[in-house]
Amino acid sequence: MVEHMKGQTMNDSVIHLDHGSGGRLSYQLITRHIVPVFDNPILKQLDDGAVFDIDRIRLAFSTDSFTVDPIFFPGGDIGELAVNGTVNDLAMCGAVPKYLSCGMIIEAGFSMADLNRILDSMRLAAKKADVQIVTGDTKVVPKRAADKVFINTSGVGLVPPGVEIGGHLARVGDKVILSGPIADHGITILINREKMDFESAVKSDTAPLNHMVYAMIQQGGGVHVLRDPTRGGLATALNEIALQSQVGIGIYEANIPVNTETSSICELLGFDPLYMANEGKLIACVAPDHADSVLEVIQKHAFGIDASIIGEVVADHPGRVFMKTRIGGTRIVDMLTGEPFPRIC
Amino acid sequence: MRFIDEYRASDLSAYLAEQIARISVTPVRIMEVCGSHTVSIFRNGIRALLPDTITLLSGPGCPVCVTAQGEIDAMIGLSEIDDVIIVTFGDMLRVPGTSCSLMQVRSEGRDVRVVYSCEDALSIADANPDRRVVFLGIGFETTAPLIASTILSAKQAGLKNFSVFSAHKRVPEVLAALMAYKDLAIDGLILPGHVSMVIGKRAYWPLYAEYPRPYVIAGFEPVDILNAILLIVGQIEAKAPRLKNAYPRAVSIAGNKRAQEMMASVFQPSDANWRGLGRLAGSGLKIRRHLEAFDAEKIFQMHVSEQCELEGCDCGKVLLGLKTPPECPLYKKVCTPSYPVGPCMVSSEGTCGAYYRYAEK
Repeated sequence: MVEHMKGQTMNDSVIHLDHGSGGRLSYQLITRHIVPVFDNPILKQLDDGAVFDIDRIRLAFSTDSFTVDPIFFPGGDIGELAVNGTVNDLAMCGAVPKYLSCGMIIEAGFSMADLNRILDSMRLAAKKADVQIVTGDTKVVPKRAADKVFINTSGVGLVPPGVEIGGHLARVGDKVILSGPIADHGITILINREKMDFESAVKSDTAPLNHMVYAMIQQGGGVHVLRDPTRGGLATALNEIALQSQVGIGIYEANIPVNTETSSICELLGFDPLYMANEGKLIACVAPDHADSVLEVIQKHAFGIDASIIGEVVADHPGRVFMKTRIGGTRIVDMLTGEPFPRIC
Repeated sequence: MRFIDEYRASDLSAYLAEQIARISVTPVRIMEVCGSHTVSIFRNGIRALLPDTITLLSGPGCPVCVTAQGEIDAMIGLSEIDDVIIVTFGDMLRVPGTSCSLMQVRSEGRDVRVVYSCEDALSIADANPDRRVVFLGIGFETTAPLIASTILSAKQAGLKNFSVFSAHKRVPEVLAALMAYKDLAIDGLILPGHVSMVIGKRAYWPLYAEYPRPYVIAGFEPVDILNAILLIVGQIEAKAPRLKNAYPRAVSIAGNKRAQEMMASVFQPSDANWRGLGRLAGSGLKIRRHLEAFDAEKIFQMHVSEQCELEGCDCGKVLLGLKTPPECPLYKKVCTPSYPVGPCMVSSEGTCGAYYRYAEK
């Protein structure tokens, strides 16, 4: 048996796709292999971006790489995603995003027309988010050394004075706000990647959230945590907050919006919407006396019409997320353990 | 959603839970056989609604989870043949063989494709005439008729590059094996809804005749499951075990005849290896000889080892409620959700998987 055990642990010697799924293995890769090497207090915060002072100016800095397949999908494309992704990571630090970089790794043979289409949608996304792409880099690699095109964007933003937002700042009593229906992006990518043969109007929710965040912060404080539940979904993002802040989080299934069609597809394929990716949603932990006014601000915004309070931060079970189900039961909501697969049973 | 929301009603669920609490006196262990029941119980938080007298055990009803290690190794072996495309349902990818899973061979560049319907495998075969497409036939009596129909379509279309590796399993046979266990600590079974839709209530008559206990066929919504639990508890308290169909909106006595005929024309019963349970007589389905041109085992002269799971795995006993997960020597040491060994850990909602995540807070 012991010999077999060695066989099992050998699995740790290579990177698996699950290490990139945004769930537990990604978390382990980051916290066990990466953070200890670069070891510094800013990185250790494990937030969507880094916040630091340079000459008494507070800056947020973030980077993200985009390898989505397919590169064009209903509701957006890899270019729009790359701009919105970094804009949102900066916004989740409470920052006003200002400048972005764009690095592209392009597979030889990639269509020039497709590249132009992606660049144009980046231009439009940057305009919408009110940021500028001010530096960049291109590399072309041989066929099959990359899949069509990979994009990295980094960005800097200014953190307004007095803004103190981070994943470790959730407080017992905070209300948890979700800005709208979940799982649209994850389901869109999945059914288009696998070329599934059903008619569906589901489209990616990719959107820049910085203007909404700015309005939330301006309304008068109380916002402690912001996070965009991308890969790993709402469940994983809430778990990260619970761990970082060492609090429990209780949510109500009945309050979590999911579009009907998305919900039906999840049902059909056996997916749990809590674990599907989003690209235009945010979670906020807000002091109870500010929760209603923050919610109102979000709902006034085009990307937050269906926002709702989905739960609260509690002292019990620090580091854990649990959910009151529609029928009145209770379930623990864990981090994603691996890339979600459809079930056959 | 119409016809679904009614079965997710919170007031009806609360009423059923109250009734269960009211009548339940004797401590009982009820096994939900089917993986979809396990998922529904978990997602709806049903355990939290039940009194302490009731323990729910997760059964062997997740077909990928019970696929034996030797079978996975054989599938991985197939994926290593240059002109082979492996086509499979997605959740098969994570199930571990001796040294790796299909997911790992796929990350290493082997051609393993995920489909959502077996007909898609035929399109892949059609689109790749110079490659050989092997579909992994995993599942119970629910998926077997669909795969049978796919094989018949392939025959009709004259496809020469399509075959199926049949590792199908049969539910009544495994239940009989479980109930025959002499130290059995299971007082009643929630029988699978989808499988029963195909095989019908009558497929369980022999089981009930030999081991009369409360058996209730149930649907997958919370109201269905709570109702099944209420019926089982009622039968136990009244000491009157019955085989009961509590899913009549989908399940009939005779089942789906057409699906049964389709299955019988393509497959024949065979012995099968179950992860966690060992080799069980008549519990599998192999492709009949007249269709061997579509049988991957014949075409590739596959050698499928008898290995069911890693030595030391106590999933069989965990499934039967005879051991708790920490009593298994592999639990947490070798067997974890990221590198699972037995079916109870392979399935994220399996007994060990759930225990690992939630029980030890």
